[in-house]
Amino acid sequence: MTSGNTRTNDFVLKIATVNGTGSASANGLLMKALFRMGIPVTGKNMFPSNIQGLPTWYEIRASQEGYNARTGRVDVMVAMNAQTYSKDLAEVSHGGYLIYDSTWPRDEQLSRDGVSVLGIPLSKMVNEHFEGSRVRTLMKNIAYVGALCALMEIDREIVRTLLEETFAAKPKLVEPNFKAVTLGYDYAREHFDCPLPVCAGKMDATAGKILIEGNAAAALGCLYAGATVGAWYPITPSTSVMDAFQGFCDKYRKDPETGENRFCIVQAEDELAAAGMVVGAGWAGARAFTPTSGPGISLMSEFIGFAYYTEIPAVFFDIQRVGPSTGMPTRTQQCDVMLAAFASHGDTRHPVLFPSDPKECFELAVSAFDLAERLQTPVFVLSDLDIGMNDWMVDELQWDDAYRPDRGKVLTDADLAEIKHFHRFRDVDGDGIAYRTLPGSDRKGSYFVRGSGHNQYGGYTEDADEYRQVVDRLKLKWESARGLVPGALERKAPSRTDIGIIAFGSSHGATLEALDRLAADGVAVDYLRLRAFPFGDEVEAFLKAHRTVFVLEQNRDAQMRSLLKIELDADPQKLISILHYNGLPVTSEMIIERIGDYIRQEAVA
Amino acid sequence: MSYIAKPKVSWAGQERNSLGLTLADYEGGLSTLCAGCGHDSITAALVRGFWELGLEPEQVIKLSGIGCSSKTPAYFLSGAHGFNSVHGRMPSVATGAQAARRDLIAVGISGDGDSLSIGFGQFAHAVRRNLNVLYIIENNGVYGLTKGQFSASADPGSKAKKGAANRNQAIDPVATAITLGGSFAARSFSGDKKQLVPLIKAGLMHPGCAVIDVVSPCVTFNDHEGSTKSYAWTRQHLHATVEADYVPPSTEIQVDYDDGAHTDVNLHDGSVLRLKKTDPDYDPSNRAGALDFLEAHRARAEVVTGLLYIDPDLPTFHDIAGTSKQPLTQHEFEDLSPGADALAELQKGLR
Ligand SMILES: Cc1ncc(C[n+]2csc(CCOP(=O)(O)OP(=O)(O)O)c2C)c(N)n1
Ligand code: SF4
Ligand SMILES: [Mg+2]
Repeated sequence: MTSGNTRTNDFVLKIATVNGTGSASANGLLMKALFRMGIPVTGKNMFPSNIQGLPTWYEIRASQEGYNARTGRVDVMVAMNAQTYSKDLAEVSHGGYLIYDSTWPRDEQLSRDGVSVLGIPLSKMVNEHFEGSRVRTLMKNIAYVGALCALMEIDREIVRTLLEETFAAKPKLVEPNFKAVTLGYDYAREHFDCPLPVCAGKMDATAGKILIEGNAAAALGCLYAGATVGAWYPITPSTSVMDAFQGFCDKYRKDPETGENRFCIVQAEDELAAAGMVVGAGWAGARAFTPTSGPGISLMSEFIGFAYYTEIPAVFFDIQRVGPSTGMPTRTQQCDVMLAAFASHGDTRHPVLFPSDPKECFELAVSAFDLAERLQTPVFVLSDLDIGMNDWMVDELQWDDAYRPDRGKVLTDADLAEIKHFHRFRDVDGDGIAYRTLPGSDRKGSYFVRGSGHNQYGGYTEDADEYRQVVDRLKLKWESARGLVPGALERKAPSRTDIGIIAFGSSHGATLEALDRLAADGVAVDYLRLRAFPFGDEVEAFLKAHRTVFVLEQNRDAQMRSLLKIELDADPQKLISILHYNGLPVTSEMIIERIGDYIRQEAVA
Repeated sequence: MSYIAKPKVSWAGQERNSLGLTLADYEGGLSTLCAGCGHDSITAALVRGFWELGLEPEQVIKLSGIGCSSKTPAYFLSGAHGFNSVHGRMPSVATGAQAARRDLIAVGISGDGDSLSIGFGQFAHAVRRNLNVLYIIENNGVYGLTKGQFSASADPGSKAKKGAANRNQAIDPVATAITLGGSFAARSFSGDKKQLVPLIKAGLMHPGCAVIDVVSPCVTFNDHEGSTKSYAWTRQHLHATVEADYVPPSTEIQVDYDDGAHTDVNLHDGSVLRLKKTDPDYDPSNRAGALDFLEAHRARAEVVTGLLYIDPDLPTFHDIAGTSKQPLTQHEFEDLSPGADALAELQKGLR
């Protein structure tokens, strides 16, 4: 046995399986067991756009320091898919381990310097103890969990408790599952030096934390914000937003007496219709949203521009995936920044929120509804597949029972009674936001929504000045938005520096880790995390205060850098792109490398 | 029909309905359509229908797509909120608005281009969802607003103003609605108020999606010889089947009809829809029969009008969705947002 580096609670465990073999529950079991041992963990699912048969990987990172990004390292690989053996072996870091099902020995093929290969006859053991091909496939997964319990000191009692919780409704299943755990466990104990130098140890860093996917958290945000209408058309990776919302509504939004739904979810015929439904519901006074991904936003664009010009609140969740076109549906990117900011023809612009983890998906979902109603405009929540579909460890979500939705400027019948005339698009308060009425209100407040030219009174117009008056007011409203959206957050480097980095969304974790490591090496970089578009004054100030500003984003064309250039008075020379766009979440190592390279080159020049 | 014919007061504009409102209270802005456009006649029929039913204007939402036809919601019921959406997408907006406010009566106005070409998908899905809406297609066989191109309802052989003949097959919205499982499919003619007003009223009271295809000649681009959607052609080839007569449960209206020549259809709200058969064999509850009938007359180049099919018991959009009777916008926030304790409890499962 080769002895690798000793890494307690600081490792990457990767499981390579075949899609559709039920490995997800085994991998979840491992994640949760580590979490319950008090060790910070993150799971990243790298799955194919396929239902059954193609290779899939699950990466668990344990980090006692609490880092949650990908690192580019693999310490232990569980290779359950013979098709990808060579690729998986090549990926193991020097000093690492590869575990495989040695029922069919492959010792020759699976040999590489600096990697210890551990064969465990998982299929054979499982076949001896279980009947039926489905059960055997599932139990094989559970058996590798058992082997890892021995090899990596993962608490078997916790695994047992988790099985009991999972099968609370079918307690008969606990014993067979635990038997599979024991098979793997005993075999590993018997044949290898346990534990490996890469292993887990109990600690206390997960108190007050939860494991949650961004899409579930976003759905919770919609539930808590009081959204009642959801319209959607299925598309990866956004589908689980609506699945989760449906689940939460079934639990919390059914009238206890009548069983009636206090929500309405419509699976639309396409994204055009989903957008129309959201706009119709928003016009009628409901909080309404649609979750989708890039291709859906492309289709929704006509309605998005319509809602911008007719000033109707609507919330769009774009769980970004790799484009262009159908792209790679199960891979992640931040490629819809420009699309969301300016979706639709004509002069249109939309507030965009950038959650960096599931906790912010929850919080910013609530903000999105408040902003949409306050500003009477479409608001985007730009998440991505990495945040949306992976389990992240975050602080427990908090809710303030004093929260009340900000319905914005809505006139009631009583308000209408006090005014002489109602004019839908008149800027009464000078903030660019006009008053609206809801359908069903007194006929004095009725007005006619139209996407064609209209004047401040809501009437049809083709008059040059009347047209301009309305679109100029929309620009003023945009200025008001600037003061209402969540501001960017700055994290100063431990020492004074004129180098900065701007990042947003799912790049946050990798950025934090990279900056810590760089600081330890004496490279100080200030960090500004964008949370919204339009940019507040703090973004401009950050650009002014730094000589060089890296802009990190997960797309090819430096979309955020372009947006900063378009919107702010920034010297483009000082904006240095760090781009990552291969579809996998960005790694901290890559950021360290790019910043290091740049600084070394600058020193030479 | 007797109940339209005799105004109580000699000056029709002064006549008041059950709410004490005059016809003028149901009118809208001045039409900007071409003089003589069929769409304006439909607007007038709608005004009448709403007025006769005694609906509060603010109880109604009126929605449309894009086209000359889709402009018309601005010309009736100025007291109702209106929504002129984008081309072909009225049904989705109506769906969202209905989801939020099921207490409001939705009327959607569309054109043949709007519903049978760009919006064919949304039309189809509103019908199959049995959305609670009166869905009027103002059908002139052309794209009026973009100056006379053929629409998908133009009959093969009909000639455009510039002389070109259409060689594509026509989509019949009535037959389409029936095959899609629609619960109410009717056809009328813009110039036939006598038939159209009762159909509108029946459609408004119908619990699900009431589709009325109204042949509505475009005097500018499609009212010449050779066009099957012209006044002259349609008048010659009309074949009326069933006349609908809506009888509100509250007021007893004496209708002059022969026993045995009508069918009563009970609506969900307890009111009765009375179908007056001019064709004694016609049964509007027979789906296959309706399609046969349409097809037989199509072969004879006859435009069948009247209520062709109805099933008032088909579950509607809200029946299927299980939406609360109380409109979704009217719930207290406490009944929507589960609160901090529930969130803490829920998160116990996330550890
Ligand atoms: C996306 C889009 N494409 C094209 C148009 C141009 N357009 C406006 S109205 C219309 C046709 C309307 O025809 P129809 O629905 O039959 O209405 P009509 O004017 O005949 O009443 C078209 C093609 C548009 N407004 N939007
Ligand atoms: S062009 Fe035709 S459809 Fe349009 S308003 Fe004129 S007559 Fe009516
Ligand atoms: Mg037309």
